Amino acid sequence: MAEKKATREAYGEALAEFGAKHDFVVLDADLSKSTKTDSFKKVFPERFFNMGIAEANMMTTAAGLAAAGKTVFASSFAVFASGRAFEQIRNAVCYPKLNVKIGATHAGISVGEDGPTHQAIEDIALMRALPGMTVISPADATESRAAVKAAIENDGPFYLRFGRLSVPQIFDPADYKFELGKGIVLSEGTDVTIIATGLMVQEAIEAGKILAEKGVSAEVINIHTIKPIDAELITKSAKKTGAVVTAEEHNIIGGLGSAVAEVLSENAPTPLTRVGIMDKFGKSGKPAPLLKMYGLTAENIAEKALETIAKKNA
Amino acid sequence: MENSKKQMLAEKANHIRQHIVTEVHSAGAGHPGGSLGIADIMAYLYFDVMNIDPKNPKNPDRDRFVLSKGHCAPALYGTLAERGYFPTEDLKGFRSVDSYLEGHPDMKGVPGVDMSSGSLGQGICAANGMALAAKIDKKDYRVYSILGDGEIEEGQVWEAAMFAAHYGLDNLTAFVDFNGLQIDGDITKVMNPTPIDKKFEAFGWNVVIADAHDFDSLEAAIENAKATKGKPTVVIAKSIKGKGVSYMEGQAGWHGKAPNDEEYAIAMKELGGN
Repeated sequence: MAEKKATREAYGEALAEFGAKHDFVVLDADLSKSTKTDSFKKVFPERFFNMGIAEANMMTTAAGLAAAGKTVFASSFAVFASGRAFEQIRNAVCYPKLNVKIGATHAGISVGEDGPTHQAIEDIALMRALPGMTVISPADATESRAAVKAAIENDGPFYLRFGRLSVPQIFDPADYKFELGKGIVLSEGTDVTIIATGLMVQEAIEAGKILAEKGVSAEVINIHTIKPIDAELITKSAKKTGAVVTAEEHNIIGGLGSAVAEVLSENAPTPLTRVGIMDKFGKSGKPAPLLKMYGLTAENIAEKALETIAKKNA
Repeated sequence: MENSKKQMLAEKANHIRQHIVTEVHSAGAGHPGGSLGIADIMAYLYFDVMNIDPKNPKNPDRDRFVLSKGHCAPALYGTLAERGYFPTEDLKGFRSVDSYLEGHPDMKGVPGVDMSSGSLGQGICAANGMALAAKIDKKDYRVYSILGDGEIEEGQVWEAAMFAAHYGLDNLTAFVDFNGLQIDGDITKVMNPTPIDKKFEAFGWNVVIADAHDFDSLEAAIENAKATKGKPTVVIAKSIKGKGVSYMEGQAGWHGKAPNDEEYAIAMKELGGN
């Protein structure tokens, strides 16, 4: 297996790689060493602009650059990118459908020691509610590169959600195929569907193994594009298994779990359990014990899967 | 400025003012006061200063304009229609459900609108982005923007002010429409943004004071801006809110109110329309 890599790291590398072929501009709000946009800055300094600690101005300036024909990546921590600059994204980027690609790093509680002020747990909900916004939450470095490529090649506003933590490589770049808006079935199953995004995809895969040891057949699906969501795949799988668990490093309100609930309640009402942050703020700590404390583990997903299966038979 | 040109601009500004009151009257809503106050600046920019072509509104080399005080859309739409971007007849649809003329400027729906605006404090940032794009692409187009004096109470304006000076955007000219009034009254009473000139100066801008209703003064300001290298220019344009309609002049109450039929008739008569 390839060595672990943070999705933010892959983001910076992808910007530097695609910058050679595509004429985009990168903005950052004094966090380029953390968001990894400095990888791009090193290769293309003439197309990199530090905006200082001014996220609102960064987002609307990005809109102006885009209105003048540029494709723009604008980066900061997910809390500030989606929250501090929300109304700028709404009115200056999404309303005029401009080519601004938001590279939001340090999403979720795996930010760790910085604590709740710096841990975005509501960004997917905010971005998903904006008309015309595409929301991608990659699971590993391979998928992150593909997400950047998709953002460059497709028109309109994108929100790309990256993490701070180094994560295992799930997908082999040699045979990985990214289709915008299409989920990926990682393992087929018949008893329960586990739908995960981002950091939780690895945990979902492990949960599938735990369940298999107990004789339970889990279908594990990776949803990288949270909007537009793959309603067809989710509906098909739910009809097959009759029980669904979602897993995300985000508040259970408004994120992947909500998106899946919307799809299922309209197309195939199915017992559903949402694994995620249970509507509370994060805290400081090392990422691994934090994730455990908040139930963002394979064990918890497997347990919730069994409970959900019990519901369908009730 | 030559008298003939001055006369032409005064005539255009007068037509724009007639369009403004007609739009707001037809809609039964909108912002006549601030719109009338910037009519002369709009006439000067669109009929003399800017390198634009209504037949080719998306020309990548054109000069750009961003109405940062987006609620003065009646002035922008009136100007664009007068300049030939779309029929003046369409102005009567302003703010109505069947029209493309949204309450605030919409770049996707209205020919000639370079940037959607309306949320205060943002237009100037978008104008900065356009000016930066010109620098990156080594193009010589210029970008103009109009801010309200109340609008500069928004903190984002000062983030933008820092940015434009930091990157030396000398292709950017921003006007502050200094009429001294905002919705809740006198700007110095609501949240005093003065001294405006010293603030921009401290942020590293070239500052010019002008009379928003005097074309010679506006011309001198634009020439000063064009001659200034390495820094952006702000033109603090002293204006009269509601200029041209006697009962609206200097009245905060006409910030966001439509004239009734009788008031409309008086306004049009004063502006020499029908």
